[in-house]
Amino acid sequence: MDALLEKALGGDIRSIARIISLIENDNPEKDVLLKRIYPMTGNAIVLGITGSPGAGKSTLTDKVIEHFRSQEKKVGVIAVDPSSPFSGGAILADRIRMQRHTGDPGVYIRSMGTRGSLGGLSRGTRESVILLDACGYDVIIIETVGVGQSEVDIIKIADTVCLVLVPGMGDDIQIMKAGIMEIANVFAINKADKPGVDRVAAEVRLMLDLVKERPWVPPVHLTIAENGSGIDELVESIVSHGVFLKNNPDGVRREWRRLAFEVEEILLQHITRMAEKSWNAYKTDEVMEQLLSRKSNPYTVAEDVLSKIIPGTRMV
Amino acid sequence: MDERKIRVVVAKPGLDGHDRGAKVVARALRDAGMEVIYTGLRQTPEQIVETVLQEDADAVGISILSGAHTFYFTKIINMLREKDAGDIIVFGGGVIPDSDIPALLEAGAGAVFGPGTSTTVCVEWLEEAVAKKRAKE
Amino acid sequence: MNKEYTEAKARFEAGVLKTLQKNKERKDAFSTGGGLPLERLYGPEMTEGADYLKEVGFPGEYPFTRGVQSTMFRGRFWTMRQYAGFASAEESNERYRYLLASGTTGLSVAFDLPTQIGYDSDDPMAQGECGKVGVAIDSLKDMEILFDQIPLDKVSTSMTINAPASVLLAMYICVGEKQGVPMSALSGTIQNDILKEYIARGTYIFPPKPSMRLITDIFEFCSQNVPKWNTISISGYHIREAGSTAAQEVAFTLADGIAYVEAARSKGLDPNVFGERLSFFFNAHNDFLEEVAKFRAARRMWAKIMKDRFGVTNPKAQMLRFHTQTGGSTLTAQQPENNIVRVTMQALSAVLGGTQSLHTNSMDEALALPSEKSVMIALRTQQIIAYESGVTNTVDPLAGSYVVESLTNEIEEKAFEYIQQIDEMGGMLTAIEKGYVQKHIQDSAYEFQRAVESKEAVVVGVNKFQIEEKNKDMKLLTVDASVGERQIKKLHELKASRDNAAVSNALEAIRLAALDESRNLMPLIIDAVRVYATEGEICGVLRGVFGEYTENIVL
Repeated sequence: MDALLEKALGGDIRSIARIISLIENDNPEKDVLLKRIYPMTGNAIVLGITGSPGAGKSTLTDKVIEHFRSQEKKVGVIAVDPSSPFSGGAILADRIRMQRHTGDPGVYIRSMGTRGSLGGLSRGTRESVILLDACGYDVIIIETVGVGQSEVDIIKIADTVCLVLVPGMGDDIQIMKAGIMEIANVFAINKADKPGVDRVAAEVRLMLDLVKERPWVPPVHLTIAENGSGIDELVESIVSHGVFLKNNPDGVRREWRRLAFEVEEILLQHITRMAEKSWNAYKTDEVMEQLLSRKSNPYTVAEDVLSKIIPGTRMV
Repeated sequence: MDERKIRVVVAKPGLDGHDRGAKVVARALRDAGMEVIYTGLRQTPEQIVETVLQEDADAVGISILSGAHTFYFTKIINMLREKDAGDIIVFGGGVIPDSDIPALLEAGAGAVFGPGTSTTVCVEWLEEAVAKKRAKE
Repeated sequence: MNKEYTEAKARFEAGVLKTLQKNKERKDAFSTGGGLPLERLYGPEMTEGADYLKEVGFPGEYPFTRGVQSTMFRGRFWTMRQYAGFASAEESNERYRYLLASGTTGLSVAFDLPTQIGYDSDDPMAQGECGKVGVAIDSLKDMEILFDQIPLDKVSTSMTINAPASVLLAMYICVGEKQGVPMSALSGTIQNDILKEYIARGTYIFPPKPSMRLITDIFEFCSQNVPKWNTISISGYHIREAGSTAAQEVAFTLADGIAYVEAARSKGLDPNVFGERLSFFFNAHNDFLEEVAKFRAARRMWAKIMKDRFGVTNPKAQMLRFHTQTGGSTLTAQQPENNIVRVTMQALSAVLGGTQSLHTNSMDEALALPSEKSVMIALRTQQIIAYESGVTNTVDPLAGSYVVESLTNEIEEKAFEYIQQIDEMGGMLTAIEKGYVQKHIQDSAYEFQRAVESKEAVVVGVNKFQIEEKNKDMKLLTVDASVGERQIKKLHELKASRDNAAVSNALEAIRLAALDESRNLMPLIIDAVRVYATEGEICGVLRGVFGEYTENIVL
């Protein structure tokens, strides 16, 4: 593991890739590794790009990569696609739109399946971001599965979230759905050469009016990712938001929330693991019989299991 | 706890645009629980190899129907070896005459699945090959 | 149907039930290859109430269900046009002269992938691909060699070229010029169908809008200057090869056709005029009855579309004329001689479907490009059908068959449903952008694969009746690896000996015109080709202006 980490920090692509796999596969040694590299993080711009399928997220990401590369910044990309709930497998095809950057030593692209996670990202995404940050990537872009009611993990992991909308895809209805306005720090209305773009822009601006007293009011950019139109301005806003996060107390509070979430995630993971272990050891046929016959009840059983981990636990 | 998924890159090198087979295989591998990174058309050997490394793939499947198979298979296999990644499984299919297959296997391809091969055969072979590869790690 | 029939039928059905109790049928339900349900028996009730004149009609008359000409093959057989081309222009020229001497009545040129995608043989993208799937053509020089000793006023040539069709057509025109054959005497076809490239074939270069512009430029130029030229071969062959059903093949092809007619019309061209020069290209696949019905349905549908949707009154512009190729993807690597039989049945369905021209695949299709011997057998297959089978002695022989008319109606219905959905989506270009078409095709392809693997669909020699096959003794065609090297050498010599200043000027003229949507690019491309600008150079200029297309993945 140490040797692997050394190579990764030195920039060896295969080593970085291998560690990300270890992270994805929940390898027991990963926590030690992440502890080690954590002090090296906090420098990267972590950008989340989200939006419905067909919005042009990948094409947009491709252009954003180009922009940062022209400034000689190293870019890491994690592209997340949904895993099949039936087979657990996935077809990961986001990289196709960014493939021209494959071969550029300053760009690293990794495709991930959600692997059962329901929040739009995979469990390994957050930790892979930590790794890429420590390995010196200046910008880390997370491209996620379409935004909906439940795909909100992105706000817990990215510093800046760019929501990509398109005219004519019923997005005006989507905007009304709860949570969207809370998610986005920057709006990109893509395929802006299509009819209906003004309406979408107007809808968004109307909603933004409701939050105009906030310290950061998300800017709305019209883009045509296909030909690069509007990308420069979009990136400028993204970078500005990063600056805002560092300097503004509101921004700092947001960072705190994000870090708190990181801790909570880890806690939950461990506690869940411990609880599962404890429960699996406790779960005998006898216990199940007792439940079935109503001689015992799930609450008492749970209490018993819990007190094996934390003695004296009571449900109150 | 995650079981370790099998990750496979499915690639179309060169200019050949016939992707029916590649897409059918990609779906079959997905249905068998694997994570398939599909590169799309017109990939250079450099792009394919770099993708394999970045994605930490266990295997790469090459689809060629244009007759340029000897060129691409050997190029990709050699490039992987140069990058110290000779353990990655290289397999493929397409329009490849039987008489060309021994040379491809000699060069380092794990298997060549000709027209008419069932996806079940392909999946089973791949699962076994990956298990063997992982045993050596 | 009258009472007597209904009662007799009921008695018949009762008898069938008894038979079924003793002997079940092979399957619980039968369907065509494309998934349409197939009845046990089709009877007169299927076509009851049909208006023969309106729906079936006479050959050569609207709606052309029975064929585009009144005498069909009694007058003239379909063109026996075998797709060929490989390696260098010299070797392909030899094969063309061999085919012409053996009785083909038209040429069909296969280009290599670099040529199809606008790359010269010395481009890094062309590595390993020169001459492999067709002939390598980098400049007019190669084209001159390709048609050496072949009189362009006597032969009709079909060129399977799409994104750079304008360049290859320009080269053909210049070869004609050198032979003293005026443009007005040239006859042939360019495939020139970019939409199906995005959907199923993959040899696109530019994005959709500029591609449509190039296509309509060709329509306009040819209708004024090359009147006998078929300016497009709207293709369903590849859509079917990519896995679609028969109804989808018809639907998506005609939807592409609608998009082209709309594009030309908005450019100010008259569908009554350019409509005459549109042609189509279909697949002849396995399910015999369905295929015959498919061709008839396609003709009837297109006639209706041109008349009702586009107001076309010229019958020649309402007619769907088509070339057919037997389905390559149905042929097997196992027991390849069986493919001769498959191709025969498929070819027969195309003939009974009234095709204007036909390519029959060779038995070694799944293994390599055809050898001389196997291409001869493929050609003989057509000749035997034409001269010995008797089916060519009467027009549209299967008309009136209860099942064929029934299937014709069903395919039309199904196909119109797809077209309506595409219309509602905003047309074919939007449908392709959204991945609607591709998704249907891929789903059908995957379903078929599963059917084969579960043995619900039998492929003789592959999942049933397999034999232990040792080294096949077949002599396969191999393409000499030195083709690429030789082409590169030729290119260097060409660039050293031509008037490079003239080339630069011609290329710049193209670039400026490309920026102006109102200019027709054809004359300028011809000028550039004439001074030996290479295909790669011309396409390079256009790439600079139009950009490149990136594929849309829907998996």
